[in-house]
Amino acid sequence: MESETRDFVTIRLSGQLCGIPVLEVHDVLSEQVITAVPLAPPAVAGVLNLRGRIVTAINLRKRLGLSEPEENSENMSIVVEYQEEPYSLLIDSVGDVMSFSEESLERNPVTLDACWQEVSGGIFRLEGELLVILDVEKLLNFDRNQATAA
Amino acid sequence: MDDLLNEFLTETAESIDEVDVELVILEQDPTNKPILDNIFRLVHTIKGTCGFLGLPRLETVAHAGENVLGKYRDGELTVTSDSVTLILAALDRIKEILAALEATQQEPEGDDDDIISQLNIVAAGGEVKGAAPVEEEAVIEMPEITQPTTILPGQVSLEELEAAFAAAPGPDDEPEEENARPEEEQQDLLTRIGGVEAVKVIIHLFHNRLLADVSVKGLMAGVNTRDSKVKMGSFFEACLAGKPDSGPSVSAAFEPFITHGMTEKHSETIHSLLRSVLEEVDLAPLDVDDFLTRYDDVAVDILEQARRKEKDHAKKPDKAPAGTKSSERSIANQSIRVNVQVLEDLMTMVSELVLTRNQLMQLLRNSNDSEFTIPLQRLSQCTTELQEGVMKTRMQPVGNAWAKLPRIVRDLQLELNKKIDLQMLGADTELDRQVLEMIKDPLTHMVRNSADHGIEMPADRLAAGKKETGTIRLNAFHEGGHIIIEITDDGAGLPVEKLKAKALKNELATQEELDEMSDNQIQRFIFNAGFSTAEKVTAVSGRGVGMDVVRSNIEKIGGTVDLKSIEGKGTSFSIKIPLTLAIVSALIVKCREDRFAIPQISVLELVRASNDSEHSIEHINNTPVLRIRDRLLPLVRLDEILGMAPLTKDEEEDQATKQEDYIVIAQVGTFTFGIVVDQVFDTEEIVVKPVAPILRDLQTFAGNTILGDGKVIMILDPNGIVSQISDKVTDSSGFGAEDEEVKQTGAINEREAILLFSAGENAHRAVPLSLVARLEEIEVKDIETSDGKPVYQYRGRLMPLVNLDDSQEFKKSGRQPILVFADGDKTMGIAVDEIIDILEDEIDIELSSKIDGQVGTAVIDGHATEIIDVAYYIEKAFGTLGSSSTSGHFARDNQAHILLIDDSKFFLNMIRPLLSAAGYKITAVDSAASALDLRERGNDFDIIVSDIEMPDMDGFSFAEEVRASGIWQKTPMIALSSHDTPKDFARGREVGFDDYVVKLERDTLMTTIVDQINRKQSAA
Repeated sequence: MESETRDFVTIRLSGQLCGIPVLEVHDVLSEQVITAVPLAPPAVAGVLNLRGRIVTAINLRKRLGLSEPEENSENMSIVVEYQEEPYSLLIDSVGDVMSFSEESLERNPVTLDACWQEVSGGIFRLEGELLVILDVEKLLNFDRNQATAA
Repeated sequence: MDDLLNEFLTETAESIDEVDVELVILEQDPTNKPILDNIFRLVHTIKGTCGFLGLPRLETVAHAGENVLGKYRDGELTVTSDSVTLILAALDRIKEILAALEATQQEPEGDDDDIISQLNIVAAGGEVKGAAPVEEEAVIEMPEITQPTTILPGQVSLEELEAAFAAAPGPDDEPEEENARPEEEQQDLLTRIGGVEAVKVIIHLFHNRLLADVSVKGLMAGVNTRDSKVKMGSFFEACLAGKPDSGPSVSAAFEPFITHGMTEKHSETIHSLLRSVLEEVDLAPLDVDDFLTRYDDVAVDILEQARRKEKDHAKKPDKAPAGTKSSERSIANQSIRVNVQVLEDLMTMVSELVLTRNQLMQLLRNSNDSEFTIPLQRLSQCTTELQEGVMKTRMQPVGNAWAKLPRIVRDLQLELNKKIDLQMLGADTELDRQVLEMIKDPLTHMVRNSADHGIEMPADRLAAGKKETGTIRLNAFHEGGHIIIEITDDGAGLPVEKLKAKALKNELATQEELDEMSDNQIQRFIFNAGFSTAEKVTAVSGRGVGMDVVRSNIEKIGGTVDLKSIEGKGTSFSIKIPLTLAIVSALIVKCREDRFAIPQISVLELVRASNDSEHSIEHINNTPVLRIRDRLLPLVRLDEILGMAPLTKDEEEDQATKQEDYIVIAQVGTFTFGIVVDQVFDTEEIVVKPVAPILRDLQTFAGNTILGDGKVIMILDPNGIVSQISDKVTDSSGFGAEDEEVKQTGAINEREAILLFSAGENAHRAVPLSLVARLEEIEVKDIETSDGKPVYQYRGRLMPLVNLDDSQEFKKSGRQPILVFADGDKTMGIAVDEIIDILEDEIDIELSSKIDGQVGTAVIDGHATEIIDVAYYIEKAFGTLGSSSTSGHFARDNQAHILLIDDSKFFLNMIRPLLSAAGYKITAVDSAASALDLRERGNDFDIIVSDIEMPDMDGFSFAEEVRASGIWQKTPMIALSSHDTPKDFARGREVGFDDYVVKLERDTLMTTIVDQINRKQSAA
């Protein structure tokens, strides 16, 4: 990776600050009507209609092994694409777009939970808190990690 | 240049495909002159165009191929398999170059001397001596420029020009172009622009432009473009060569322009179109102007003639146009080439339009009496028609997917030294382009498999008593909204034992599971992933290569694939695919809080079930079933299938108070079942969209869609549901209609078709329909008497007629209905008063009868009904005959002793007299236990016929018992059952039955008994 600055959309999930590369974010949605898909893997929250396209909604909490959301969360979602398929990642709330220089990127601490280890593309130290970079590719590569998704 | 090249690529690819196929035909039929001419023409065209476009590699290869073809045509060479292989190789090379050309817009570097020299050797082989070797060398030395077989005037300069083209493809290189000019200046325009071939290309492009341009397209309406190209081509040839009188007249060449009334405005457009064509083929600017001047001269003439024609038309409006138009109209040329992407986009747009229409219709339904109603309905109708129209544009004959197969099979034949005849039926069956694309590869793969692994070597085939030449047959046809494609070979079939071993090895099944499986189920293992590329040593593994991929590809488009294979006889694959993927009509249902779509095509009917209605859901050991029209229909609850959490107590109470369910009766293959849902909405046209990869493993869903209200819903896949439930049921192969009987545990009597009739005093009599050969009405006056008994001449023989009892008499006049019973070649008629009905019911004999001719009395259709004993009457009729004639069939010399075991009294009563009438001695018992008693007492029999479904000890256990020990170990045993699934057959054979007969197939039973007894005698 070059030591340039990169932009991330920051999201909050169960209190944890995460970042998704801004270029990968296609849409930010407020709460949507989601059709549940019976028998689907637990990480799949359902499907929704985004301007005529069917988008698969991924419950990031379940995907990352987090507890169920608090009552008052905003239920936003971020639409990303993986292998030309749109996915919407359900999150608690969306924050600002932030730029970070590559230099301040830290590698994952080895003690990080395996599930996080896998999807984290590194960690940025912010003032007062840490930001985990989510790797969309790995996040949505269900073939490779059926087990962890479950 | 791009446009030109693309045109060339598309056209050449088509020609090559055609040549591919035709060559294979030619090989089989070397004397087929028209085919040879066609091949020659196609290759020649390819060569010519390559030359013009400055593609030297292609040209030399094509030329060398053409040489050989020319020799064929002139009879100097005979068509041999080797030389055809060589030409095919040349075509392959051309394809390679074309592919590279398409990718890079440049002819790739490379050397084709290998192929060319071989081709030349072949070409020379037919010749004694002379020009050929020289030509050969010329080719090898300077591959860029080829000497065509016939030298046309002006050809030399054409080649120079080609060389110039090759060197200077871009328009920027004008100086070079200019350099070339002085040498050509002396020559006429025709030669300067590149001769006849160049004109052809120009005219071809010119036509394409004409047809593509909206403003002048009308001038070409209904015109046979090929004819027009030839006419205009030769006109321009003559005109450009400065000999305008030698070609066709202006009025002949430009007839369409004249008849359609070309105007000045048209002329201007045409002028500019022509200019763009000329510029595109890189003519020097001066030549372009020259060409256009000549056109302008002609245009004046055309305009003049068009005006004159217009006046004529005004005078007699109805005569001329009709005549000229119809004669020129030709269906073949009324098509245009459209980029596939355009069609795809169009389809997507139509799909969206349909969705929006649905949305509007939904809104309309909610608002009553809107002023939008009528326009919206019109919009709806237009949308539907548009949708159908667009669908039609995407339909292509399935033969397109087959076009490459003859070549593949031919190559395999040579490679494998096999003889294979590829038959293709129903190639013009049309299906959606998208579907076609998806099945192309699986089909090719399957045919390749059949040729490679299915068909045996000729020697093996002969040894197996088959024809030396194996057959692979492709058959495509429509069947109820689906296309069925069958791929059948008469090869070795799938070896069950090897597959079993392989399944065990790959841990796809345990030995116990395998033992339970029918051959067919085991053969279906080849669709499993584990059977793919494992080892290629055995024919088995080879056969399975990629079949899992084939299956998943087919299933991806909502199709199914199944196979039937008999070892040693052959294999038949059958692919069932939907006509189109895009839009289907679906029933929207609700289950709990969610809605789902069920494709209408698999829905047979809807039933509302509640406690107070005619239909209600009943349970057998918690398995829900529905009684409908005297059948038991297995039911599945959608919420259970979808793994929804069981209802809570409260909800359950709600459910109980509601007391109403909807049942969607669906059919998958031959299996009918009901899906219990909470509510049914109406049907909607939905656009099937595939689900995300993560959800693709869910076989319950065929896709998802957006409904009119904008909500996404899942589309249920009945196929998937069936496979899901059959996974749960231990016997998946038997999960069919037959299972209903199993579910009626305790009900031993089989349902069967019963003929109800009245005769004599008793108005209600019945006979199993399966025993009746025919129903006839005969003229009473034709009834004759022989030996004091009534007879009738039936099909050239005398048929005895009997009355059921004394109370009944023949009719006095008119027509007498009779039931005809046949036994062997003998027929007997029972006279009845009236045939009442045929219905399906259980025959449950409640009162057995002591009266001759009656089996007993049963309640059928609410009436006490006498079941007549046909065997009694057969005996009665034939007994008298038998004494007077020599009946081979009933000869008593081989009076074998049969032990008959069946718990159904009715059946025993029905079959015993038949068997004894056929000359056997019968001992009948009603349970396996009493049969075993007989064994203990030392009774010996020639044959044992046993029912399978019996209380206490069933037929299977009985057979095992018999085979295990005792004096009956070697006695032939025949199983009788109402179940005719392959699994039952297999099980029967396994436990020791020698044969298996479906109950009430009387003739089969008879022949089986004779067969088994003969076998026993010959073995003894």
